[in-house]
Amino acid sequence: MAEFTTPDYLTALPEMFLAAVSLVLLMVGVFLGNRSTNLLTWLCVVAMGAAFIMVLVGSHAHSTTFFGMFVSDSFSIFMKCLVLIGAAVTLIMGMGYVKREGMNRFEFPILILFATLGMLLMISANDLIALYVGLELQSLALYIVAAFRRDSLRSSEAGLKYFVLGALSSGMLLYGCSMVYGFTGFTGFDEIAVAISHQGVDAHGAVPIGILIGLVFISAALAFKVSAVPFHMWTPDVYEGAPTPVTAFFAAAPKIAAMALFLRVLLGPFHELLTQWDQIIIFISIASMALGAFAAIGQKNIKRLIAYSSIGHIGYALVGLAAGTPEGVRGVLIYLAIYMVMSLGTFACILAMRRRGQMLERIEDLSGLSKTNPAIALALAIFMFSMAGIPPLAGFFGKLYVFMAAIEQGMYALAVIGVLTSAVGAYYYIRIVKVMYFDKPAESFDKPIGAELSSVLIGTGVITMFFFAYPTPVLEGAQAAAALLFP
Amino acid sequence: MTDWPILSTVTFLPLLGAAFILLIRGDEATIARNSRHVALWTSVVAFGICLLLILDFDTTTAEFQFEEYAPWLPEFGIGYHLGVDGISVFFLLLTTFLVPICIISCWEAVKTRVREYMIAFLVLETMMIGVFSSLDMLMFYIFFEGQLIPMFLIIGIWGGARRVYSAYKFFLYTLLGSVLFLLAILFMYLQAGTTDIPALMNEVWAPAVQTWLWLALFASFAVKLPMWPFHTWLPDAHVEAPTAGSVILAGILLKMGGYGFLRFSLPMFPDASEFFAPFVFSLSVVAVIYTSLVALMQQDMKKLIAYSSVAHMGIVTIGLFTFNAQGIEGGIFQMLSHGVVSAALFLIVGVVYDRVHSREIASYGGLVHRMPVYALVFMVITLASIGLPATSGFVGEFLIFVGVFQVNTWVAMLGLTGVILGAAYMLWLYRRVIFGELTKENLKSITDLKMREIGFFAPLVVLVLFMGIYPKPFLDVLHVSVENLVAQTQMARTGGADVVADLLPDALARALR
Repeated sequence: MAEFTTPDYLTALPEMFLAAVSLVLLMVGVFLGNRSTNLLTWLCVVAMGAAFIMVLVGSHAHSTTFFGMFVSDSFSIFMKCLVLIGAAVTLIMGMGYVKREGMNRFEFPILILFATLGMLLMISANDLIALYVGLELQSLALYIVAAFRRDSLRSSEAGLKYFVLGALSSGMLLYGCSMVYGFTGFTGFDEIAVAISHQGVDAHGAVPIGILIGLVFISAALAFKVSAVPFHMWTPDVYEGAPTPVTAFFAAAPKIAAMALFLRVLLGPFHELLTQWDQIIIFISIASMALGAFAAIGQKNIKRLIAYSSIGHIGYALVGLAAGTPEGVRGVLIYLAIYMVMSLGTFACILAMRRRGQMLERIEDLSGLSKTNPAIALALAIFMFSMAGIPPLAGFFGKLYVFMAAIEQGMYALAVIGVLTSAVGAYYYIRIVKVMYFDKPAESFDKPIGAELSSVLIGTGVITMFFFAYPTPVLEGAQAAAALLFP
Repeated sequence: MTDWPILSTVTFLPLLGAAFILLIRGDEATIARNSRHVALWTSVVAFGICLLLILDFDTTTAEFQFEEYAPWLPEFGIGYHLGVDGISVFFLLLTTFLVPICIISCWEAVKTRVREYMIAFLVLETMMIGVFSSLDMLMFYIFFEGQLIPMFLIIGIWGGARRVYSAYKFFLYTLLGSVLFLLAILFMYLQAGTTDIPALMNEVWAPAVQTWLWLALFASFAVKLPMWPFHTWLPDAHVEAPTAGSVILAGILLKMGGYGFLRFSLPMFPDASEFFAPFVFSLSVVAVIYTSLVALMQQDMKKLIAYSSVAHMGIVTIGLFTFNAQGIEGGIFQMLSHGVVSAALFLIVGVVYDRVHSREIASYGGLVHRMPVYALVFMVITLASIGLPATSGFVGEFLIFVGVFQVNTWVAMLGLTGVILGAAYMLWLYRRVIFGELTKENLKSITDLKMREIGFFAPLVVLVLFMGIYPKPFLDVLHVSVENLVAQTQMARTGGADVVADLLPDALARALR
């Protein structure tokens, strides 16, 4: 860089806005103390809403800033919208819980805001350094919120586990980045892509082994973040141990951001190496689908069950990435959007599982829910059938597009394994329906569940149920976003 | 013909009724009463519209009629496409005919959660009508799979003692079969660029591709139909489902498998169908003989009827894979007849079950002394199930065997033994339940059919006799469409099966032959 030029701040406006707001809100919190939690939560939601609008009305054209480290394009816009919706909705859903369960500290919404900011940065990262900074900003905030209930052993354990394993994966990521930097001489995604394509041509199509090792380490670290098998071990424990609103947040937002990063890294700088990383993705996809289907069968805790189910869902989303085509990426994006809605709804149901002020988590606590709380039972049944992929619910369409991409690429084995595991997975989803509808009713849950929870339940339920009627906005957004990764 | 979207109306009217039931307010008794009435009248109106539709139906053309088209996923060329031809129109009629009968039959039998029950039934009706009226493969699949949800709930909530096990088995078996069907749809879509059924019928597939697609479809339809050895979910589901659920299962859901073969496997993959015909014949013959023998030994009335369904559907598949007009028309007619007869049989069991709460054959005997009208109805239906001339069962079986004799005498002979066995188990069942001395204490005060029960048996009995004595109106409607189907398969089948055989490993090909 010979001379210093002022970066184009407008491109990164939502992120800068969120960064400023979170600092201001932090100050507000410090001065007002814990009684301001409610206010701060709403302010955070408003800030996310404002950022959402900025993302949407901002330019959809491909533009980079900060010397190419930060990129904004239709792909990042699609993903940021998802993340912001997910984060805002989980904040709203969790308000009741935060108040009741002794988590009423003003840091909570602000940490979520910081994590969200980290995710936006990850999604827009166009450089290995930017990637790492975004990822760490997100992860550090998440480690803390996972352990936010200091008085709860399980919560502390979850936070610690997440931290130790997360640190390990960050280490792997850094190691991979340094290998790639060492062998290409660049950290920017665009430059790495050029370097790889030149080097690949030179040596009879063979790729320098250093880049390959770097690629494997980066993939492993990102697989850890999306909790794909075999890097999934932390997920069930963290999901079970973390406070439920935090778990809901984990399932909705960071997964999507990490998946966005996964897509951008593999299809951006490493696009040339598709035949190399494809093997990894196919393996972790099959392994995730299979583990998600079989390991969830024996679970008794619903949060743990959803953790395994989320591993399976990531496996399905990765089917689209394995296809390595615009159609495949479109499938992944549609899948993520639908999965986010379903999982938000499911966690809204879990948050409503409260009896005489006690939060419940066992699946058997749901027994006979269709008699005692028919509305919640209906909503949860819709989400479960949808996650199982039964048409005409939304989850079916998610699977439809990823499998379509796989078949288009002739990956028949992958598609067949995928649909078979989805049939196996259907078993544990319908088990929840069975418990709610076929078993003898237990005592009713506390009523009312609160306006926030009910509106989230209704919203997500309606989207899941009637997605088939008007899928165009999601399809078009995903289409535009996917096309961008394939210049 | 008018511009009025009659098929959409029929398809979604029940859903509208379900939404309406959801809005009913009041105490439990009011809700139950109003739900019953709304469900009944919605389904009756749907049936009425279907009758109008068949009056308007043009029997001289094999084209799809009452077509409706609207873009649905325009980016993908997937449309909302409805239409009926001579083959599907009767299934539509059968569905809308049976649903009101089911609703009347459970008027008093279902006492708990009436509102949910009626909603599940109406949603199920929409799905069933959708299966038979959609002309887009993806839509077909959505309806085909979508009915798993209401049926799962119907078996699981209102079923018998082992309802949970049966509901799981039904759900997972069917799902496992149909996911492969979904992959086949995706593959066909990617090759042909459309999921429109009429367009796909004009597509010519390479023999090797046909084999795999045929097998994927077979996985789904064979489970649904069900063919031996994929039938094990059926006895469980039938036995545990509430009476109306069994009626719908036997009367309509099983027919979807047969309809799938007619709509997809035969016209789209004629070479593979011809190649696999001996395989289908073998499975069907085994089904006919084996399940008939199993039926002979059952202690449970519903189980006996369930096994007899497998046997009858075996005869249907034999007819469908003869590739001649008699066989296929016979197969369709037999499906319609079985739809009515098996529905009636389950209702007959339901009548005594409501009174005595036992399905064991051994707990009955001598009912004729207390229930003469019941005995009469039971007799007519039993004879129809056996295939006595002048009942609907005869016409279908006769046509099928006329068709089969032209193709393979052995299949015809073995298949006919099933008919004999059918007479054995049905008549034996009838003798044990109806005749003999009335010795059991709890049967001495049993009452004959009530007006409500006569009300829903009367149309069934009349229809069984009408179809048996004067089948012409039905066959007239079927005929042109079936001729067209036969022409489609004949045209494509010019040695295609041998090409298919060459592509498979020798051992496998020999085994299948």
